[in-house]
Amino acid sequence: MTLLGVEQLEARHGLLQAVRGVSFGVDAGETLALVGANGAGKTTLLRTIAGAHKPAAGRISFDGVDVTATPAYARLRTGIALVPEGRRLFAGMTVKENLLLAAAYGRSGHWSLEAVLEAFPLLQRRLNSRAGNLSGGEQQATAIGRALMTNPKLLLLDEVSLGLAPIAVEAVYRSLRGLITGGTTIVLVEQDIGRALSVATRIMCMLEGRIILQGVAKEMTREQVTEAYFGLQRSRRNSS
Amino acid sequence: MILLSQLINGVLLGGYYALLACGLSFMFGVMRIINLAHGDLAILGACLVFFIADQTGLSPFIGLIVMLPVLAVGGWALQRWMLERSLRAGLLVPLLTTFGLAIVIENGLFEYFGADSRSLAPYIGDFAFDSWAITDNIYIGELAVLIFAVAVVLLGGLKLFLNYTSLGRAIRATAEDADTAELVGINARAVYAVAAAIAVATAGLAGVFLAMRETFSPYSGPTQLIFAFEAVVIGGIGSLSGTLVGGIVLGVAQTFGAQINPQGFLIAGHLVFLLVLAGRLVVGAMRARGGMHGLFARRP
Amino acid sequence: MSSKTGFIVERWTRLSAATTVIAAALLIVLAFGPLLFGANVVDNLTNLFIYVILSVMWNALAGYAGLISVGQQTFFGLGAYFAIQLSYHGVAVYPALLLGAVVAALVSLPISALMLRLRGGEFAIGMWVVAELAHLLVVLDPLVNGETGVSLLALTTFNPDTRRDDNYWLALASMVVLLAIVFALLRGRLGASVQAIRDDEDAATSVGVKVMRGKWTIFFLTAFGCALAGTLWLATSITFQPNTYFGVQWTAYMIFMVLVGGLGTFEGPIVGAVVFFLIEFFFGQTGVWYLIGLGAVATLFALFLPRGLWGTVEDKSGLRLLPVGYRLRVPGPEQARAD
Repeated sequence: MTLLGVEQLEARHGLLQAVRGVSFGVDAGETLALVGANGAGKTTLLRTIAGAHKPAAGRISFDGVDVTATPAYARLRTGIALVPEGRRLFAGMTVKENLLLAAAYGRSGHWSLEAVLEAFPLLQRRLNSRAGNLSGGEQQATAIGRALMTNPKLLLLDEVSLGLAPIAVEAVYRSLRGLITGGTTIVLVEQDIGRALSVATRIMCMLEGRIILQGVAKEMTREQVTEAYFGLQRSRRNSS
Repeated sequence: MILLSQLINGVLLGGYYALLACGLSFMFGVMRIINLAHGDLAILGACLVFFIADQTGLSPFIGLIVMLPVLAVGGWALQRWMLERSLRAGLLVPLLTTFGLAIVIENGLFEYFGADSRSLAPYIGDFAFDSWAITDNIYIGELAVLIFAVAVVLLGGLKLFLNYTSLGRAIRATAEDADTAELVGINARAVYAVAAAIAVATAGLAGVFLAMRETFSPYSGPTQLIFAFEAVVIGGIGSLSGTLVGGIVLGVAQTFGAQINPQGFLIAGHLVFLLVLAGRLVVGAMRARGGMHGLFARRP
Repeated sequence: MSSKTGFIVERWTRLSAATTVIAAALLIVLAFGPLLFGANVVDNLTNLFIYVILSVMWNALAGYAGLISVGQQTFFGLGAYFAIQLSYHGVAVYPALLLGAVVAALVSLPISALMLRLRGGEFAIGMWVVAELAHLLVVLDPLVNGETGVSLLALTTFNPDTRRDDNYWLALASMVVLLAIVFALLRGRLGASVQAIRDDEDAATSVGVKVMRGKWTIFFLTAFGCALAGTLWLATSITFQPNTYFGVQWTAYMIFMVLVGGLGTFEGPIVGAVVFFLIEFFFGQTGVWYLIGLGAVATLFALFLPRGLWGTVEDKSGLRLLPVGYRLRVPGPEQARAD
């Protein structure tokens, strides 16, 4: 069953066109990894799906409903949650406040403070610390936890490993695997192609605002994705 | 003994300034808007209650109950129709539009009420001047104590509200990062409108207490804005408990200034304000941002 | 001139050359004003020149340096006050008017040291506090007689007609000189740097624009300009009442003129001053409704026409009457081919 449908989506930053006519769907239970070089339009695409960025054209449907014109806060209540790039925690508030805030305005469901702490045990002893004082890994866990507290049907994760120590990345992905086996639908942006291939069920590669390659993760090789990542595929196609 | 009496009066006057400054500080903390019509909105509240008392003979305390929701709705509308649009046009535009609004309000009030100085004191009977004798020389006014108590309760209550309710947390989150607040399900526009409603209603509340304490005219607004601003800056912008301290410093300075010269009341207040500013420069605590600290953390 | 980037940088256009000629011709006519017009017109034009000065000064501060002040009446009042002081201490009256403005400008130095550290709204009301304090301190001077005020008696020794003409020429000359200074400043390096400050102070600092010096120069210039406007106002009205001179209504007028004319444009504030002058001429007698109208119109302009009358015309038509700043033009097809 298609949970998220994106049709001919275009998004701009002023004169710069970041997303150019992108169409794809995400089925419930899927984990879609979005790869591509910096500036390929991945972040803008995620933000547009979450409602944080207004699309210039195209349509977004979620759970069978057109949400293109729905503002971000209302889209969250339909079940789309974004963990933004750079985490964007409320630095002046405690971890607990960050989590409770999201719970108050999100949907009700399985995820509660206890459930989030179980998924991210490292937050247990940091509950009353200000979010601004946490380590990168702890901040990322809080950011994911904050999104989970809204009980999303679709979780959008933007570069969760950016700026984290390798050990923290491992911890975050261990928790993510738990979510995936639990059936949460995820779209994640990941720079590390190897990691994207191992965690996702499907891969989508973006280049200059367009989808250049997509397919089932198991059927793709690292080389294929790397070529698409750098846009080599296109030049090879052009030359042949 | 006279000195002590002056000190007590100054502190109590500071309670009024804290009450007056509360909304100004709150609006700046949440929306980064300094509302130049703040003083005139306070006078608008006073005029409304005066109108009710004058027309119906109802006690100003009952008039207050009618006025507060009216001003809250006014604040909400102000945000939706004017400030929201101003903010989109740039950080400095709200200063221009609220200044324009101030001129419209004060001259509008003048058109209706005329230039006469009025007071609500006659409508609250003996309460306007009753006082408790602490010693033979020291009297403290009941009304002044009430105003101080209201200020403490309001500032404290607001702080509790911001820290321990989900709407309060939503206001803090929106103040810190409105875009991200939307991503956790907060309707930032609605939060701004609620914050404006609270700020304008508290301005009106302060205006009514001003009108009970002394006389006011349609053109009293700008002076009240300046007092409120001085209290806020002395106490540290955005900090609610700082606002109480700032109000008290201002009130005490004015009370002692008045002993030196009839104009000393105002001069001392302005001088303390400038001294505090200069002092911050000297100690370097006032970084480029202008000494904002306390309740609302800086934006990244 | 064109460069390899494909853009054309130009300063003078045919239109701006023509406008400069027309402006010069207009100034020559105005220079003979008292010989051409009746007493009433001369009085009114003198007021208009003062409005233009105020408008252009406030625009330089807000439109170019990004400093919204609600307290420029500080210098308007102080200029007039110092002129009176100087005159009472034996300085000849017209030199006293000029010197009064200079002294007020000097007073702006310590004020700017403190106020320019403030940002946005804090600067705005901070300046208002300064204006209130200046007002209170001036009233303490026994010479001023409290709010009753004092007259510049030395001026009454002149024949009223001579005085009218002298005031006219002084106001015209002041306006032209101040306009020329603003024009020169904005065309030069300072113009580029203060606009960088207005657009983004942090970024301007990081690319090495001397933020403080740019702000300080503009602040000093506008303090002098507002003070000169104050002494000119004193020359026309003779009496100095602290309440009038230090009143915040001057800020209201300045904001109105600049917003209606066009914030951040060179010509806009002049247009705004003319509009304000006409509105005052026709509706000034309606008192309170006139003030409500000014406040409402200024607010509506800020909200719905933020570039003002002139800025909107400029944006819509691409007209630049006077060559302030450089224009970047993408060449049309013919020019591109010619390259």
